[in-house]
Amino acid sequence: MADTYTIISPENLVYKKTDLLLDNVMHYCPGCSHGTVHKLIAEVIDEMGIQESTIGIAPVGCSVLAYNYIDIDWQEAAHGRAPALATAVKRLMPDKIVFSYQGDGDLAAIGTAETIHACNRGENIVMVFINNGIYGMTGGQMAPTTLPGMPASTCPTGRDVKRDGNPLKITELLAQLPGTCFVTRHSVHTPGNVRKTKKALRKAFENQLANKGTSLVEVVSTCSSGWKMTPVQSNKWMEENMLPYYPLGDIKDE
Amino acid sequence: MAKAKGAIVVDTVTCKGCNICVSACPTQVIKLADQVNGKGYHYAYMANPDACTGCSNCAIMCPDTCITVYRVKQTSAEPTIH
Ligand SMILES: Cc1ncc(C[n+]2csc(CCOP(=O)(O)OP(=O)(O)O)c2C)c(N)n1
Ligand code: SF4
Ligand code: SF4
Ligand code: SF4
Ligand SMILES: [Mg+2]
Repeated sequence: MADTYTIISPENLVYKKTDLLLDNVMHYCPGCSHGTVHKLIAEVIDEMGIQESTIGIAPVGCSVLAYNYIDIDWQEAAHGRAPALATAVKRLMPDKIVFSYQGDGDLAAIGTAETIHACNRGENIVMVFINNGIYGMTGGQMAPTTLPGMPASTCPTGRDVKRDGNPLKITELLAQLPGTCFVTRHSVHTPGNVRKTKKALRKAFENQLANKGTSLVEVVSTCSSGWKMTPVQSNKWMEENMLPYYPLGDIKDE
Repeated sequence: MAKAKGAIVVDTVTCKGCNICVSACPTQVIKLADQVNGKGYHYAYMANPDACTGCSNCAIMCPDTCITVYRVKQTSAEPTIH
């Protein structure tokens, strides 16, 4: 068998960080799903050769600094307004490829109106939705997506549906709207799921090149700091608790 | 059939010791070091290098993309007898 030091040579290279990921060390907590999804978006843009023409819309939430990590053009939206800004950018520059990137507090709470109306208008954009069931950035408050019984800093004994209402499956709701062409839910908690998420992102960007309308890719994610678990425990907890409520797979593909 | 054999290189400066690569490796190659890096994280390293197949699971799972993967196709020293 070859020895490790002889294997480590350029002709044997099979995986390296894409050049689209900048050298800035991500500010995310160890194990945060945001980093994994950033990487996949960067790889898809790289592999499609669309670096020069892609514009990302960053949200408010933990991923507010997303523009520091992927080497493309970006705009920063006010909290929840990424789909509105993406609409403007895409309409003013239809030759550009535009995607929004948002957390669940951003997309499904403060920005619900912008989300629904962009999808209903069928804006020709990609929307990436990181659903970690919590407001990560501000200290782990309950989000519309927090599961029944799931603790958060504003419901330390768990979400009580009688008091707090039901978790919002906004992705299923958006699939009902005629403007969406591709609505799909994925995760990045296993290597197989990471590969599927990347394929879905690729398809979403290709839909935009084909002028098909709004593609929404939800990634059920973890927030180990907010959930108060290790990253590996968070992945397991997510699989056991989040995925039954937010099942993976295509909801709409036209 | 040629047997693949791999190796990884971890960027120990940017590694956050999250343990995700350790749990993603099907052949238990990776461990977290007893030592810490400049940020105080127990960084990942190849504790069992002979078991690495170069499958890249660890690298695609790493949220901070700290892992580079290499893989060789082994050519058998002896000719295969059919
Ligand atoms: C108009 C406005 N209201 C409230 C806030 C406070 N705030 C910042 S981030 C955030 C929620 C973020 O949660 P999410 O979108 O789920 O992102 P995560 O951090 O979980 O990735 C809130 C309420 C703000 N910045 N601006
Ligand atoms: S608070 Fe949660 S969402 Fe924010 S960086 Fe940390 S783990 Fe990620
Ligand atoms: S997944 Fe990446 S950041 Fe986490 S321990 Fe492994 S190499 Fe370090
Ligand atoms: S490349 Fe595959 S076998 Fe090698 S350390 Fe990574 S996960 Fe383990
Ligand atoms: Mg969130």
